[in-house]
Formats: sequence, structure tokens, C-alpha cells
Amino acid sequence: MMRLFLRSLVKRKIALTGSGVVLLILVLALFSPLIATHDPMGLNTAERLQGPSSAHWFGTDHFGRDLFSRIVYGARLTLIGGMGVVFYSVVFGVMIGVLSGYYRQFGFVAMRLVDVVMSFPALLLALAFIAILGPGLANVIIAVGLNFLTRTARIIFGLTLKLKEEVFVEAIRSIGASNARILLRHILPNLMSPLIVQATFTFAFSLLQIASLDFLGVGVPPQIPSWGNMISEGRIYITRAPGVLLFPGVFIVLTVLAFNLVGDVLRDNLDPRFRDQFSGR
Amino acid sequence: MLKYVVKCLLSMIPTFLLASVLIFSLMHLMPGDPAAVMLGDTASPEQVQELQVAMGFDKPIYVQFSRWFTGVLQGDFGHSIFFHKPVLQVIRDRAEVSLFIAVLSMALIIITGIPIGVISAVWYNSYTDQACSGASMLAASMPTFWLGLNLMLIFSVVLGWLPSSGFPSVVESGNLGNLRYMVLPCVTLAAPNSALIIRLTRASMLDVLKEGYVTTARAKGLSEVLVTMKHAFRNSLISIIAVVGFTFVGLASGTVITETVFSLPGIGRLVVESVLRRDYPVIQGIILVITVAYMVVNLAIDFCYTFLDPRIRIS
Repeated sequence: MMRLFLRSLVKRKIALTGSGVVLLILVLALFSPLIATHDPMGLNTAERLQGPSSAHWFGTDHFGRDLFSRIVYGARLTLIGGMGVVFYSVVFGVMIGVLSGYYRQFGFVAMRLVDVVMSFPALLLALAFIAILGPGLANVIIAVGLNFLTRTARIIFGLTLKLKEEVFVEAIRSIGASNARILLRHILPNLMSPLIVQATFTFAFSLLQIASLDFLGVGVPPQIPSWGNMISEGRIYITRAPGVLLFPGVFIVLTVLAFNLVGDVLRDNLDPRFRDQFSGR
Repeated sequence: MLKYVVKCLLSMIPTFLLASVLIFSLMHLMPGDPAAVMLGDTASPEQVQELQVAMGFDKPIYVQFSRWFTGVLQGDFGHSIFFHKPVLQVIRDRAEVSLFIAVLSMALIIITGIPIGVISAVWYNSYTDQACSGASMLAASMPTFWLGLNLMLIFSVVLGWLPSSGFPSVVESGNLGNLRYMVLPCVTLAAPNSALIIRLTRASMLDVLKEGYVTTARAKGLSEVLVTMKHAFRNSLISIIAVVGFTFVGLASGTVITETVFSLPGIGRLVVESVLRRDYPVIQGIILVITVAYMVVNLAIDFCYTFLDPRIRIS
């Protein structure tokens, strides 16, 4: 199945471009110290708010810090944040979704809760959680992940309901398989491909939300370079040095776009039984 | 029909109850004493004690909840710790800007999103379709605040066409010209949501255009415009309207960002300020108000369904 996904990625040019961008960001994050030309925290007030030059490829910010190096290090935080949200929302989303689909009484209660949480605007909910937990990357992941958890749970719930009625599940039950065995060995593997699609979209949209929280000043602490708080800090200087707005923003857009493109192609190549579950966001 | 309306209204009650419990417990999830957390590090023990009694934190939790909930039902959302005013009044003072943004953006989303989506589907795979799909994909991948700052830089700083921030009240001054302060915020807020509507309208139109009755309509010799508008579009409208409800929740989140970017004194900005000030009653109040608004919008959408789709009315 993995091969099927990889093949569909290579076949479509647009998805290949998307995967290329994802790979680029991954390289930036893994080898930040080797790629960065300057210390991302290095203050140099003599060279503040400069345009792009051979010394500073993307120019400098209001403290004279090198924008290129900060963006390279920011890739780390972007990937950690996105992966954190994906991991957290997939693990709990699948757990709640599968159990709700399989055990109807549990599902009735759990899905009402999911409905209620989904009726709160995502960013407001995240803000409320951060008001309680305080800022910081881990809390941002928990706050943003909650919203995606409910979406994943809702999709997995629908899919499990469908799978449960399939003939092969009935056949396995009739030869005496336990509930745990049916869930783990037969239902879960069948959910893998829609789950990968959902994870890709979760990654893309969670990046936007994490960046928004950074921008509002309630995300990761300002001393850590992230693409969101680079824009937030630089916003009052945008008329003097548009680079502080342009470069981090372009990197956010490119990354989100790349994940969205990959997600679109994966969805198109998905098992047709599941495709209609993904009509929404 | 009446039975359906009553059923819809009744189904709101458990949702509202559950939402209030969740919103209320948010405040009590905080580690430590809520009164001490709210007052910050500089408060004296006497002040903390005073607030505890004033807010009823010394009572058991179910007493606190029932007191808060009966208050909510009577329109009393508690007192803001920062403003020393009733929460509902604080919200009302800030409501004008947010209402303008929400209504104008929603209008913009609908009048751009739906026609572009329909055109994209009708001219499937043409250059127009590819351009529209590409643009909507790009808009959906853009952080709202980044788009807003860019628009501000281009249209108010460089070109000087539109004001960059603030919003003088239209209601108080009676000057409709002040609405030009709304142009940039509304475009910013509408863009990503409009992109979503374009994508969904296109997808649902493409589905409907494959249906047998569309082929029949064509075979009857109806003009392409009539087939598209009367047969295909009207049937895809049902799934499009469903998304409008989701968009409303998206708008509430987007308003927070947009109001911050353009320094507008609205409810969204109030949330962020309240989070930074730890003014919990205000945060609770706003989330509750928005949740209720969302429920009402969803109810309206449910009613729309019954008018659009007779099958729901009968079953």
C-alpha cells in the first residue's frame, strides 16, 4: 500500500513538486546548523533592517539578525509543531473514532462531545486552552490538536461504521475472532490509507493555526525563531524592510501548499469506498 | 413540517447544555486557585480571598455551575475582572465592528465563491478552471494574517488607496463612508473561506453534472444555461449550504486574526486581550455567545434544507 502511495506521488507532476518542497523543508530542519550562514540569535544592531545582500541572503530584522538563518532554524519548529499535532490528533482521533464506530453506546456519547467541540471555533478554543495552560510549544500542540482530533475522530467513526458491516468482518467474527482481534488486525489496517490522507491535511492546516497563534503572541516564546513570530515581530517594520514580512510568509505558504497538493493527489488515489468521506475540509 | 421544526429546536437543548458545561469547566481546568491566577503574582492574600468569595469559588463546583448557568439563562454572564463591567456589556460594546466584518465577509464569500465554483465546474479542465482551482488552493494555503499584512502594505502604504487600520463607528457617526475601513479586513477574511466554497461548489457541481437527470435535460434540448442553472446548480445547492455553516465557524476564528492585523476594536481582538489579561469570564462569555450564534446559524441551515430538499420534509 505504501508503494501505491509513493507511485501516485511520482506519477503526478504537481504532487512530485509538493513532495520536493516537503523534502526541502525536511533538509532545512535536519541540517539547520550546516545550512544557516549566521547565528539565528546573533544580534547586530549596526546591520538592522537591511535588504537582501550577498552577506545576508534574505536581509536582516530589527535586531540585525540574519533572516535566512532564522528561517532555516524556523523550519525545525514548523516540523515539530506539525508532527506533534498530527501524532496527537491521529492517536486519540483513531482511538475515539474506532471505538465509537464499533461500540454504539460509547459512540453515541463520544460523538455528541465531538459535535460540541467542533461547534467551537478552532482558534478560540485554542486560545482558551492557552489561557489555561500558558504559552509554549507543547501547549500549542495540545490546543491546536484538539480541534483536529475531533475531525479525525469524526471521519474514522464514519469509516468504521462502514467497515463493520462489511462481509469480511462478519466472516472473521463467525470463525470466532475476538473484538480486540477484529479491531486491531482487520479494521485498523483498512483505515490506514484514509488516515494518511487525513494526516497530510491535518499537517497543512495545523501549520496555519500554529502560525496564527505565534502571530497573536500566544504561541512559542519570542526568543525561539518560528516563521509565525518572525512576521509578528517584524510587522511594525514592514514599510522599511518588507523582507521581514515576505520571506517567512513565503515559506509558510510553500509548506502548507506542498502538503495540500500532496494530500489532494493522495485523496484522488484513495480507495474509492472511502473517498466521499473527505468532501469537507 | 411543524414536527421537524420542533425536533430541530429540541435537539439544540442538549448541545447547548453540554457546551455550557464544557465552557464552564474550562475555567476550572486551570491548575491552582482560579482567583489567584486571575489576579496575577502581585495580588495580596486578602485580595485573592475577596475575589474568591465574590466569584463564589469557595462554594462546591456544582453550586458554582448552577449559579453561573442560571445567570447565563437570564442574560447575566458574570463580571469582567479587567473592565469591572458585566461581560455582556463588554461584548456588546465591541460587537459593531465584528458584526460588520462577519456580515460583509460572508456576503463577499458567497458572491465570489459560488459563481466561481460553478464556472470552474462547467468549464471543467479548461484554463479558466485550472486558474481558479490554483488560485483557490493558494488562498487556502495562506495564513490570514500574512495576506492581511500584504494587502495593507500594498493598498494603504504603497498605493495609499485605503485606510490601514482602525474603524470609526458607522452607527454612531451615521457616516457610511467609514465602511471603506472595512474593505481590506473583509477581503482578508473572505479570501481563504471563499477558496473553500469555490472548491466545494466545484466538487458538488461536478458530481451533479454526472447525474442522469442532467443528461435527460440536455437530451430534451434545453439550453446549456438552463441545464446548468435550473437542474445542476439547484441540486448542488444543498451541499453548498451545508458548508456555509462550517464557514461561519471559520469566520469567527478568522475575525480574531483580522481584527488584530488591522487594529479593529472588535470581539476577536477582545478575546486575545482577555487571554493575555487572563480575564476568564470574558473568554467564557465570548465563546458561549459565538457557540450560540453558530447553533442558530446551523438551525437556519437545517430549515433551508427542508425548503430545498422535499425529501427531508417528508421523512
